Amino acid sequence: MYAQLVETGAAETSEKDREFQEKIDRGVRIEANDWMPEGYRKTLIRQISQHAHSEIVGQLPEGNWITRAPSLQRKAILLAKVQDEAGHGLYLYCAAETLGISRDEMTEQLLSGKAKYSSIFNYPTLTWADMGAVGWLVDGAAIMNQVPLQRCSYGPYSRAMIRVCKEESFHQRQGFDVMRQLCEGTEEQKAMAQDALNRWWWPSLMMFGPSDKDSVHSEQSMRWGIKQNTNDELRQKFVDQTVPQAEWLGLTVPDPELKWNEETGCYDFGEPDWSEFFEVIKGNGPCNKDRLAARNKAWDDGAWYRDGLTAHADKQNQQIAAE
Amino acid sequence: MSKEWPLWEIFIRGQHGLSHRHVGSLHAPDSEMALKNARDVYTRRNEGVSIWVVESAKIAAFDPDTAEHNFAAPKSKVYRHPTFFEIPEDVGAM
Ligand SMILES: [Fe+2]
Ligand SMILES: [Fe+2]
Ligand SMILES: [Fe+2]
Repeated sequence: MYAQLVETGAAETSEKDREFQEKIDRGVRIEANDWMPEGYRKTLIRQISQHAHSEIVGQLPEGNWITRAPSLQRKAILLAKVQDEAGHGLYLYCAAETLGISRDEMTEQLLSGKAKYSSIFNYPTLTWADMGAVGWLVDGAAIMNQVPLQRCSYGPYSRAMIRVCKEESFHQRQGFDVMRQLCEGTEEQKAMAQDALNRWWWPSLMMFGPSDKDSVHSEQSMRWGIKQNTNDELRQKFVDQTVPQAEWLGLTVPDPELKWNEETGCYDFGEPDWSEFFEVIKGNGPCNKDRLAARNKAWDDGAWYRDGLTAHADKQNQQIAAE
Repeated sequence: MSKEWPLWEIFIRGQHGLSHRHVGSLHAPDSEMALKNARDVYTRRNEGVSIWVVESAKIAAFDPDTAEHNFAAPKSKVYRHPTFFEIPEDVGAM
């Protein structure tokens, strides 16, 4: 999802580890100062920081359209949405910091390309309709993943997710609203919406990560209460929720294998191209280089401003000390 | 007259999983005594599983007189609320 392929530490067998597992099983939240296994701590740092990086990098594809939104109102809405994502990144970085990693370390990991972020943000936003598709599908998929994370065993992460989830509904709805307006417009506008769905459908399904049978990290994460559902479970839920919405819009989901299964009460659907997914994760997606370059440029261009603020704060403190 | 003890703000986590919430304040000579007093003053009926104490002087806040101006901007940004967008009922939960 926003954190795909998180490497998971192993559980140990000491008395302390056993007590810790019992606490998790009883549903007691773990807090920053509580004892925790090193594997649990490291897994959470990786997952939360990846999630944070995704929120931050996730601003770029939509930021691309702020200056070109078709009306002042759409521009204000998109700006507010992207601003929320910056906030989500902030909540999450702070949650990760409670586990003993510094903000600078995480920033460094993102800027150097060492850290991962969600594969979805390495695709380009080519038309205005992509703002609709991203809000509707990408934020829709994010919600699917983040709602169960509100019950994550780690308190600071779960509370950050509660804040995030409150804000996400606006994101998905504004995206759907963009799609709806296009679909109710001219033939060309509707074709734009269809084209955006065609390009974003499969990358959105990949957001949930590899199929369960290939997902090596899930089991321990689930035992530790870091993960509540498997990748395939969430993907299925997303398809079941989204296909009727596409139909409502009068759009066609680009999957010839998609069909309603009377017996299971769910949709059957095709397999995403996992080789594409792994290429994007490895850094070879259409926009990986641009995204990293944009983050590095923002960081470097902001250096004089950060330094200025620090110098001002130092001066204030010296004045207070002198008084 | 000896030196007056500083004021501490007390935050309590009522239950596992919740955030700490401000419950009140008290005077104490240091953080250790502030914690002990807070426990005795604010958790006598099992109100908490964790306490934070912060010296009141260390807390920064806006001047209340500027509140109207400080918190005015979001009033015009009604689209930040999901209900701003009308989603037809038959589209399903969103
Ligand atoms: Fe977000
Ligand atoms: Fe997001
Ligand atoms: Fe979002």
